[in-house]
Amino acid sequence: MTKMTVTEKILAAHAGKEEVRPGDYIMARVDIALGNDITAPIAIREFYQAGGKKVFDSTKVVLVPDHFAPNKDIQSAEQCKILRDFAREQKLKHYFEIGRMGVEHALLPEKGIVLPGDLVIGADSHTCTYGALGAFATGVGSTDLAAAMLSGEAWFKVPETIKFIYYGVLPPYVSGKDLILYTIGDIGVDGALYRAMEFSGETIDKLSIDSRFTMANMAIEAGAKNGIFAVDSCTVNYVTERNATRGYTIYKSDEDAEYCEVKEYDVSKIEPQVAFPHLPSNTRPVSEASHIKIDQVIIGSCTNVRIQDLREAARVIKGKSVSRHVRMIVIPATQDIYRQAMKEGLIDIFLDAKAAVSTPTCGPCLGGHMGILAKGERAVSTTNRNFVGRMGHPESEVYLTNPAVAAASAVLGKITHPDEVLRGE
Amino acid sequence: MNIKGDAWKYGDDINTDLIIPARRMSTSEPEELAKYCLEDEDPDFVKKMKTGDILVGLKNFGCGSSREHAPLAIKHAGVSLVIAKTFARIFFRNCINIGLPILEAKECAEEAKTGDRFEVDLDQGVIKNITQGKTYQSTPFPGFMQEIVRAGGLINYLKASGKIS
Repeated sequence: MTKMTVTEKILAAHAGKEEVRPGDYIMARVDIALGNDITAPIAIREFYQAGGKKVFDSTKVVLVPDHFAPNKDIQSAEQCKILRDFAREQKLKHYFEIGRMGVEHALLPEKGIVLPGDLVIGADSHTCTYGALGAFATGVGSTDLAAAMLSGEAWFKVPETIKFIYYGVLPPYVSGKDLILYTIGDIGVDGALYRAMEFSGETIDKLSIDSRFTMANMAIEAGAKNGIFAVDSCTVNYVTERNATRGYTIYKSDEDAEYCEVKEYDVSKIEPQVAFPHLPSNTRPVSEASHIKIDQVIIGSCTNVRIQDLREAARVIKGKSVSRHVRMIVIPATQDIYRQAMKEGLIDIFLDAKAAVSTPTCGPCLGGHMGILAKGERAVSTTNRNFVGRMGHPESEVYLTNPAVAAASAVLGKITHPDEVLRGE
Repeated sequence: MNIKGDAWKYGDDINTDLIIPARRMSTSEPEELAKYCLEDEDPDFVKKMKTGDILVGLKNFGCGSSREHAPLAIKHAGVSLVIAKTFARIFFRNCINIGLPILEAKECAEEAKTGDRFEVDLDQGVIKNITQGKTYQSTPFPGFMQEIVRAGGLINYLKASGKIS
């Protein structure tokens, strides 16, 4: 029997094959096919143009209006309405209206819709987030989504896998965000192009599920097809609490599976990271960024605003104030995260600090709404991309950090190590 | 299929936000998207280019978002072909799926200059830079992808193969 990685095993199982090898082309069954208000309208148009009448399974097609929702303008309202009408016509089980909606890649795991061992495609590049649960999950385009809605299948080239091994104890204020930024800084924005990133090692074994989501989420920023973690008790505990309505399968990489490359990192030497404009790979330790003055702080997106992230930001900013020169916007990723943050008093901490707190939306992360930058403005953001014009004007700048650094930076109005704000406490 | 056109050359990591920024994506109409193709990289690209022209990038062309709006904007702006050293994977599959011709050709992409005249045999993957008098062979696509391209995109391919009715 050929030895396989977890990615290869999931792909083989969904293609109905005993084994697959990197480079093989397969048609595979999808467990979940996801679209949002940007990508699904094109997929729905193609679904009808292809003569589609019924989606392959009304429990497996998931639509989430989250990017320009709550509707930012008339055009966006029309796009969201296309999703709503389609969801009603097709009687989709998983369509999330405003009030139930959350940022898709935080929402689907939280609702138990995506599970370990699943094969998930989403017409959104950050679909790779679900690798945190030991699923194969990858971003595709709208045509792929249309094809999957019609047939229940998608085509794949089986990727080679790079194994990333992290060891050592995480220093204070260093989280999954810093590990993934550090890794992307090392290998580059195409360092894992067409490949799977398998995250492992003693540090990962102890890493929280929220940090794992953040790491898997940004695999795409290294060009990867997917990022994936082994399922362990941390994963199983998380999934069990979701009360999922279907079973799942745990796949594990064989011990002597083949990897095209193995990278090792001693995390005990890693500082909180800052990705400078205009690429996520343009990383530096926060100590080399403390001269950068900022106008806005965003704590949001599918990358980095789960409950752990809000706790870390709140811990830094508790009893302090956002600088008068800074707008700080906190966007809990889902309604449940929002409510949990309220219960724990975190929302009060943000409000007391003079931060704005918003209903869930992708909003500013992609320069949609809820925090667009003017010419020449700079933002520190817990999001995933800092491309030219990503958050607004083409001459604005985005610096990517973890939530603790973002909160500290809001207080001092410049990029700041959390220690600098908390010193003496 | 043969393509003739003039090249527009750009650099590494031309991402999907540069190809079509989010502020233009409140619509998914291809003709509307095409008006803003590449505007944050080169605000005059759409004004300067002619139908049939060829876009040339270096490494990791199309990185970033899964937005199919990006290849749609390029296709409907009238670009006949994209040549790059390497393509980001979602952009790559989107191009195959919507039938926008793309070729991976490392040396050709590196040596091409804006304004160079190209003649390309898509079936053979042979690229001639007429201005520089050089001929290149692109990396051939696997048979599976060629079948999708020949069928005119993924949906037609699935119909032809009986996967969807």
